Amino acid sequence: MIRVQAEAFDPALELDTFACGNDNVGAIATFTGRVRVAPGEPRLIALTLEHYPGMTERLLGEIEAEAQARWPLSASLIIHRIGRMQPGEAIVMVATASAHRDAAFDACRFLIDWLKTKAPFWKYEETVAGAEWVAAKDSDDAAAARWGKKITAQTGPSGED
Amino acid sequence: MKLRYFAWVRVQVGYAEEDLELPLQVVTVRDLLAWLATRGPKFDALLTRSETIRVAVDQAVVERDHAVRDAVEVALFPPMTGG
Repeated sequence: MIRVQAEAFDPALELDTFACGNDNVGAIATFTGRVRVAPGEPRLIALTLEHYPGMTERLLGEIEAEAQARWPLSASLIIHRIGRMQPGEAIVMVATASAHRDAAFDACRFLIDWLKTKAPFWKYEETVAGAEWVAAKDSDDAAAARWGKKITAQTGPSGED
Repeated sequence: MKLRYFAWVRVQVGYAEEDLELPLQVVTVRDLLAWLATRGPKFDALLTRSETIRVAVDQAVVERDHAVRDAVEVALFPPMTGG
């Protein structure tokens, strides 16, 4: 399931209802990304997430389908916030459910690694020293690259959503 | 064709989207970027950073040799920084 939303969410509550009622699920892995204040840098006041409506949902759907094709997942969840948020708030949550932990852990890591470099979101940071767009990190590209190329069919301009 | 701009590309251009008729010589993404650079200082400045700009044609990120003529929507934006 994909959710892109301006409203804050509670990762604990989301986890509570995730994959519930499915007795085949023996393992659930989750990742939560939060707005953080970096030590030694100008203090962060707020972070704003811009996105490309339509393409975001489409890309997240493709990334989720790719994870489903690679691992035997019973359920998966991606929640991504948009808009302005404060330090400490959750920006993103990924959860995966499978029979065993290897698939759940790997799929969860894969989803967040791909999401960071392929889904059309952009971070804008306001700090006490000013505001600027966050630059993409080489380390994020490297993290996404180690999962290799896509195995599901490409959905081009005329492809299915 | 609709052109859309996001993040610092949008800020530099000064607006989020516009409707354009492409000149006949614009066939690929590369042609489009070269033509945009002739539309004034804002776009010329943008092209000097064109290596860092990603282009999506009808919501799929494509390479510079991809066709744009039949596109409904083309978007220009910096590398993604989500998550």
